[in-house]
Amino acid sequence: MKRNHPLIVFVSLATVAFLYLPLIGVAVFSVNAARRGMVWKGFTLNWYLKLFENEWILEAAWNTLALAVVSTVIATVLGTALAIGLDRYPWGRATRGYLDTVLHIPVVIPDIILAAALVVAFGLLRLVSSIFEPGLPNMIIGHVTFQVSFVALVVRSRLASIGPEVEEAARDLYASTGFMLRAVMLPLLMPGIVAGAMLAFTLSLDDFVISFFTAGPDSQTLPLFIFAAVRRGVTPQIHALSTLVMLITVVLVLATERLMRDSNKSKTAKS
Amino acid sequence: MNWWCWKMKTTNSLLAWYGELSTRGNLLKRGFLLLMPGMLWLMLFLVLPGLVLVLVSFATRGTYGQVEWAFTLENYKRLAGFSLFGWTSDYLLILWRSVMVAFVTTLISVILSYPLCFFIAARPERSRYLWLTLIIIPFWTNMVIRTYAWFLILSPEMPFARLAAGLGAIPAGAPLYPNAFAVYIGMVSMFLPFVTLPLYASVERLDWELVEAAQDLYASRPRVFFQAILPQTLPGLSVGIILTFVPAMGMFVVPDLLGGAKYMLVGNLIQQQFGPSRDWPFGAAISMGLMALTMIGLHIYRRRGREVTVL
Repeated sequence: MKRNHPLIVFVSLATVAFLYLPLIGVAVFSVNAARRGMVWKGFTLNWYLKLFENEWILEAAWNTLALAVVSTVIATVLGTALAIGLDRYPWGRATRGYLDTVLHIPVVIPDIILAAALVVAFGLLRLVSSIFEPGLPNMIIGHVTFQVSFVALVVRSRLASIGPEVEEAARDLYASTGFMLRAVMLPLLMPGIVAGAMLAFTLSLDDFVISFFTAGPDSQTLPLFIFAAVRRGVTPQIHALSTLVMLITVVLVLATERLMRDSNKSKTAKS
Repeated sequence: MNWWCWKMKTTNSLLAWYGELSTRGNLLKRGFLLLMPGMLWLMLFLVLPGLVLVLVSFATRGTYGQVEWAFTLENYKRLAGFSLFGWTSDYLLILWRSVMVAFVTTLISVILSYPLCFFIAARPERSRYLWLTLIIIPFWTNMVIRTYAWFLILSPEMPFARLAAGLGAIPAGAPLYPNAFAVYIGMVSMFLPFVTLPLYASVERLDWELVEAAQDLYASRPRVFFQAILPQTLPGLSVGIILTFVPAMGMFVVPDLLGGAKYMLVGNLIQQQFGPSRDWPFGAAISMGLMALTMIGLHIYRRRGREVTVL
């Protein structure tokens, strides 16, 4: 069935247009010279230049990046160890089921519930230590909490696809646990770990709700900044900021795609 | 089968593990070391806060917004609509509306995703990747930015608002938000890729010979779809439905920006309690309500899902 009914073609194109119309609109108006209103007054990159003079925005960008990098590193280490520990050791059925459930909670519940739970928990922990004042440390904790599950899930699917045979072979050849992990398991798992880390990184950049609930006055991120700005009305500068973030997303998506395809190719070439 | 299946019915008996001779207790100790940091994290920042949230939902709000540990069912009664002034349906209406919005969003996304998947599957191989990437990009674009983009498109100066004003649907010079229409537009565009991408994975693997067989046997078009195509695409479709319905119910950004106070969803209600109202106990109780709705949704879905697979 290589040919589609014209109606299918029409609906599909309309749907894609529906997805892209707003994004393209923002991009177009980000290079419009008009300060107010939607009239085309000529091409300008002025709004982009202004972004780099805006201290608030630069700080928000820095916070967003720091938050994503730190939480991704922590979540990747924790999630990978969790996946190996869960899948490669002889846990009983009940224990495994229980651990599995805990691991799936952040994937299944709406993120606003996790955010509410964290607000309440941090509120109580604040009585013990001032680290738990709203701010970047809290946001990192919140992000790691949902990222761990996603990293573990991705790594576990890789663990399942490589199977236990290679590890068994290494063991039969008297490899110690440390050597086996280092020389056999991690290289084989690497594509899964990288994919998990990239997923975690994008999830962090993408997150709004968890950040919104746990952020303090000095820890604005770009999504929070844009959200607050909408309340004050749309401006060309926010158009430019949004377009920039969209462009970064596009680059990240294309890079990931390329990476995945290359690793798939090398996999098929090897086998 | 699972390689550990033949094992160790008895604890701590000797067993062969990857060619190494060890005891079960020994292995579990090592596995525990790997598991522990991650599990400890989840216990500390997921399970424990969850339990605290349950506790707080039975507590009372103090005069200054603090939590007072006096056990009460007041928050749940309030959620069910009972107040000093009698019964109101306000909160229940918001809960019901959230379920409906999530349901309709999922439905529309599914209806739009099928043609889109067939369209992409019929492209030549090279351009298929391009079309898929076109769906993946919005999937990963920040939700706040995409909502903001609708803010711009629906603003009074744009043709859509003018058209609506010309038709008399809204006053001239008014934007097309905040209202239910804007919420649905925003929600569908937000969640459509969440259905399309998993569904496509199934559509790509579709056995077209079955579809052709159905057509050869003079099945009507709906019958071809429901009996030859739908069952085959069920795995991808179910992933898509879960990925859409659950987060759509707790959605906060879209209704907040595009729905306003008139079209509140449960996400906004929760945020209000933790933000401006500073009523954590009531916010916790609403969160429990949302949690219950999520669980009911997943449960119904699982039961239905099993019935369909048995068919």
